Amino acid sequence: MHVVYPVVVSALLFSIGVYGVLARRNAILVLMSVELMLNAVNLNLVAFDVWLRDRLHGGQVLTLFVIVIAAAEVGLGLAIVLAVFRTRRTVDVDRLRALAEVVRAPDPGRPDGEGAS
Amino acid sequence: MTAVVALIVLLPFAAAVAGLLATRLGTRTERMAYRRAAWFAIAPGAASAALTVWLAVALAHGTGVSEGRFWSELLPGRVEGTLTVVETGSVPISLTLRADGLSVLAGILVVVVALAVQVYSVGYMRDEPRYPSYSAFVSLFTSAMLLVVYAGDLIVLYVGWEIMGLCSYLLIGHWWEDRANSRAAVKAFLVTRLGDVGFLFGIFVLGAAAGGFRIDDVLRADIPRGTLVAATLLLLAGVAGKSAQVPLQTWLPDAMAGPTPISALIHAATMVAAGIFVVARLYPAFLAAPPTLDVLGVVAAVGMLGAALAALAQDDLKRVLAYSTISQLAYMAAALAAGSDRAAMFHLVSHGAFKALLFLCAGLVIHHVGSNLISHMGGLRTALPVTFWTMTIGFAALAGLPPASGFFSKDAVISAIEHGTGPAQPFVYASALLTVGVTGAYAARAWLRTFFGPARIEPLPEPPPGVAHVFDGREAPPSMLWPAGVLAVPALLLGLAGPAAGVEVEWGPAAVSLAVALLGAGIVYALWRAAPEQDPARLLGPFRAPCERAFHVDAVYAALVVRPVLRLARGVVRADARVVDGAVRGSGRATLGLSGLVRLAQNGNAQLYVTGLLAGLVLIAVAAVVLT
Repeated sequence: MHVVYPVVVSALLFSIGVYGVLARRNAILVLMSVELMLNAVNLNLVAFDVWLRDRLHGGQVLTLFVIVIAAAEVGLGLAIVLAVFRTRRTVDVDRLRALAEVVRAPDPGRPDGEGAS
Repeated sequence: MTAVVALIVLLPFAAAVAGLLATRLGTRTERMAYRRAAWFAIAPGAASAALTVWLAVALAHGTGVSEGRFWSELLPGRVEGTLTVVETGSVPISLTLRADGLSVLAGILVVVVALAVQVYSVGYMRDEPRYPSYSAFVSLFTSAMLLVVYAGDLIVLYVGWEIMGLCSYLLIGHWWEDRANSRAAVKAFLVTRLGDVGFLFGIFVLGAAAGGFRIDDVLRADIPRGTLVAATLLLLAGVAGKSAQVPLQTWLPDAMAGPTPISALIHAATMVAAGIFVVARLYPAFLAAPPTLDVLGVVAAVGMLGAALAALAQDDLKRVLAYSTISQLAYMAAALAAGSDRAAMFHLVSHGAFKALLFLCAGLVIHHVGSNLISHMGGLRTALPVTFWTMTIGFAALAGLPPASGFFSKDAVISAIEHGTGPAQPFVYASALLTVGVTGAYAARAWLRTFFGPARIEPLPEPPPGVAHVFDGREAPPSMLWPAGVLAVPALLLGLAGPAAGVEVEWGPAAVSLAVALLGAGIVYALWRAAPEQDPARLLGPFRAPCERAFHVDAVYAALVVRPVLRLARGVVRADARVVDGAVRGSGRATLGLSGLVRLAQNGNAQLYVTGLLAGLVLIAVAAVVLT
């Protein structure tokens, strides 16, 4: 089997994952999209491992690592999502904006530090 | 011997240090501090005076190198000692003190007047909380002036010269609470500083041309004439500044804002005479530069007549004396310009005595009346008999009436000018004769208006600082009368020592100048007799107002120099605030504005961040593909 088939499939998978991360609002679906991207990478690793006839099978070993790490990451991610849901009653990514910089109203007393000199 | 010279200079300096640091150490009351400051001021001064007299006797019996200068017969000895030579890499500076006839003549004048002023100040500055610092500054000034007098090196001389300027500034502004006094102090400092710049560069030119700053080396060196003219002209700027000669004379009348003893010591007898002394000290160099002497002659001729006319119209007694100081210093300068340092130094010493006497007496009068203005005085002859007689001696010497010292010294100056050469000689001579008449007139006016006529004493409102004495009807305490009395002796009799010093009276010119002086005094007397209530200055007619304003020189300087400089300064301040600070503040504001744009992206949506990340990644990938 030519290497181009698994590569195309993994590219499709990765694209779907990217779309999901960028466009979905539900945090759980965003996590799933991240899994899709990781699995696309895994597919690439295995395919090229076979295609290159690597005697040490580095690609397959690395794939196992990625699967383990992805499992741990999903566990952590779901825990965070649960915690967020408990506090905010929502998992809508668009509405979770606590990271935004708070824009203060300009203070008339000290305009841009003038008068301090 | 050199140690004695050093001691003469250092004793007042030690007094100044002690006065500044130790007057309030361990004292509980103001009274104790005051007494201790008085001791600190007088004892070292007296010791210095005694040592100076001893030095003069030693020099009179000494045998030194005959230099052919005018003091060679009288005080032939000379002492010179070098403490160390400072290697500067180019022209070395030698810390040298020297004493010869010229230094001792001036030195005696300085220590005697300084001692008299210190004793006088004890009475004059009673109840003055800043008396300790005042007397310490007077001591410091005395030390600096003695350093100038005994300096054997131009740089050492310059050090004393500058310390004198500083002390003058500090003491003029003694009553700095009054804005006008501190302004006068700043004016005196800045104007003399203007001349000092020229003086310093003159020293540099001389030192560089002679290869050393020692006065002997400079005078013996073979300096090209052009260099010498340049150097002496530069020195002349400093001399004009310190000695209040045209065109830098404007600071001296304002300097009368200081306490009267200071005016007697610094602004009449010693510091203003330092300029004349320096020219006499470097006289061979000036003689070798005739253009400089011509300039000096013209400056003196303009200054003596202008200042005398201004003195005739002043209403403030101290300002009368200040303008008369300018006029008399111009006499000395004219004698130097005419080629007679002997006459100049003779007049310097006698003027120092009688003008210090006049100022001390003026202080007594002001102390009594509580006002500086002549129009507030009158009829004081009976109330102040001692002051009347001493001040009469002073005015007689000022006007040049025999047998007072001024008659002899002024005659020496006039005959020196008469025998002078140079293109400006007729002009200088005419100006000097006219000035003699005007001097007689203003001396008579001040004398008559102060001591004769109707008494004009009236209760004054709360007096301003500087004249803060309440009228009590009695004459001043003995600590103020004694110095005036002691100074009256040389003012009266010093002229008789003239023939001993080799100054012969030339009776022809003496008779002419005496007649002119009596004419001036007589006109004023006639006017005063006609109407004792009115000011005899009315004889000036329409010129009275310009004379009273000293020919508006101050206004001209204000328009030509002061206001442009102030405008420039304001421009600099504005440029600093607007341009320099504006650049700093503007960069801050620009950074904040730009960061406001970037801040728009930080809206908290994690997906937007990731989108940006991806876009950047894609851009880099595309660039990598396209560009490689």
